[in-house]
Amino acid sequence: MPAIATQGLTRSFGPVTALSQLTVEMPTGVVGLVGANGAGKSTFIKILLGLLPPTSGTATVLGMDCLTDGLAIREVVGYMPESECLPPDVSATEFIVHMARMSGLPTDVARERTADTLRHVGLYEERYRPIGGYSTGMRQRVKLAQALVHDPQLVLLDEPTNGLDPAGRDDMLELIRRISADFGISVVVTSHLLGELERIADHIVSIEAGVLQHSTSTAAATEYSGVVLVEVTDRGPEVAERLRAIGAAVTPSAQANSFAVAIRDEQVLDDVRSVVVDLGVGLIRMQRGRHHLTEMFSTPQEARHG
Amino acid sequence: MADHTPPLTSATAGGAEPAAPQSQSVIHDIGFRHYDGPRLGRGWIVRSLLVETFRGVFGFGRPAKAKIMPWVLVGILMAPPLIFALIAVLLGLDELPTSYTEYLPTMGFVVSLFVASRAPYCVSRDLRHGVMPLYLSRPIRRNDYVLAKFAGLALGVFTVLAAAQTLLFVGALLAKLSVGAQIAGYAQGLIASAVLSLVLSAIGLVLAAFTPRRGMGVAAIITVLVVLGGIGSVVSTLLTQNGSATLGGYLAAIDPFLLVDGIAMSWFGVDSAIGVEAGLGALGGVIFTAAAAAIVGGGIALLMRRYTKVGIA
Repeated sequence: MPAIATQGLTRSFGPVTALSQLTVEMPTGVVGLVGANGAGKSTFIKILLGLLPPTSGTATVLGMDCLTDGLAIREVVGYMPESECLPPDVSATEFIVHMARMSGLPTDVARERTADTLRHVGLYEERYRPIGGYSTGMRQRVKLAQALVHDPQLVLLDEPTNGLDPAGRDDMLELIRRISADFGISVVVTSHLLGELERIADHIVSIEAGVLQHSTSTAAATEYSGVVLVEVTDRGPEVAERLRAIGAAVTPSAQANSFAVAIRDEQVLDDVRSVVVDLGVGLIRMQRGRHHLTEMFSTPQEARHG
Repeated sequence: MADHTPPLTSATAGGAEPAAPQSQSVIHDIGFRHYDGPRLGRGWIVRSLLVETFRGVFGFGRPAKAKIMPWVLVGILMAPPLIFALIAVLLGLDELPTSYTEYLPTMGFVVSLFVASRAPYCVSRDLRHGVMPLYLSRPIRRNDYVLAKFAGLALGVFTVLAAAQTLLFVGALLAKLSVGAQIAGYAQGLIASAVLSLVLSAIGLVLAAFTPRRGMGVAAIITVLVVLGGIGSVVSTLLTQNGSATLGGYLAAIDPFLLVDGIAMSWFGVDSAIGVEAGLGALGGVIFTAAAAAIVGGGIALLMRRYTKVGIA
């Protein structure tokens, strides 16, 4: 069963169509949801949480109908908003216990799970201090904790790495990976940074202006691209010239000493080696090129250089 | 409970990092534990939110700073009943210096301050800091939130008023006043306090919900309750003294405290605090009661409308 499935999902606000005929299945695991601001992401999340009825079409979350089973869905789904959503005057512990109860957990369970969850997201001694004094990174952890504390089967994370420094970003991405791999909770994560999603997502869905653009597994989108990336220590243009002379398709890159060679057959790899040996230069790398997610979103002209 | 399972049989296989180096203490990472116990429904959630709101009214679970304001006001509200009770005991009066229902408009200003300082605390905080998306994404409905907040505040205000009434009652008993009359008066005071709590909470929450900045909310509520209320009682007193007793009586309802005073007068036949509503009779009682019901019902309806505008993203 897919974590989320929609069929012809459409939502209009008067003359504005926020979502148009969206038919998509999101598998369990980590799904990256890509879309610019105004692409329809937040409308989509509202519908999934059963807070907004679609104009037409259907959506199911964990097999439950978003139109009729909103309460049941929200019982087993966690949501981490993009915006600031924490009161400054209570401690993380106090707040997460409260939010756990708001998800229907009895008080003693709420307390136990709060301590556990805060530890999992990496908040320790500071959890007893008022949230007002927390750094952005700590706030993001608290926001994540409130989405996890009731042991959901699915979490919707809206731009969880927003505002984080590179180290905090890495921590958050690792945490998201663990939520899926170790905790066994499905994740739908939005981000405008494709590189991030490429690292953690098993599946990518992109929406633009309310219309589905792509839905593909990350593995398929980043498979081998049929080129080998070559980098040499010296005389790069000369190496490339020789390779062209024996019929290889060489694409130069920004650096003089590296270029891409199309793999028509395995012979071309031997050719590269021979040419390098002949010219007596050092070979720094020969790497099978992969496609990148960014190629999905760029024009064909740009994609070739991606 | 499942949460007490030892580490080795923990529900998750993954996430278990090796134990910390063998020093004097060992920390086991026992992985993420799943929960398959009961998930209590909306009833429990609304009750928990109500309790949390009630605790917030008195600053419980908040830093010490948040406790100062409510408790100073509670202290001020408890002082007169204590003094009245002492006077009744020491001077051997045959009735309390102020009746149970008269206490409410007498202390109107302080009660208003209490509501003005607490109502914004109940709702502005969640609106201002964007906490609403977290409530909306939980298994309750929008209106559940509104009702829980309203009930929590009303219960908090009632608790304070009822405590004051109880002090008066205990004082009356210590002064050996007639027990039967005091029980009746005490009950009337509690009912009037309950009506007043509902009315004040409705007014306070509506104003607070439309002014997300806490300071503005406090100012707005003080303005409406104290200033408008004051104007209401002054105007109605002037009118009553100048021959327009009926109009003056009805205008008293602008002041929520006199509104409830008028209701107590008509329901229980007790003396009115400043006497302006005295001439209204049965019809006046019905109209005052309807007005109070309209304020409470209308206030809750306005709040629910306000919260339909609150989104999650």
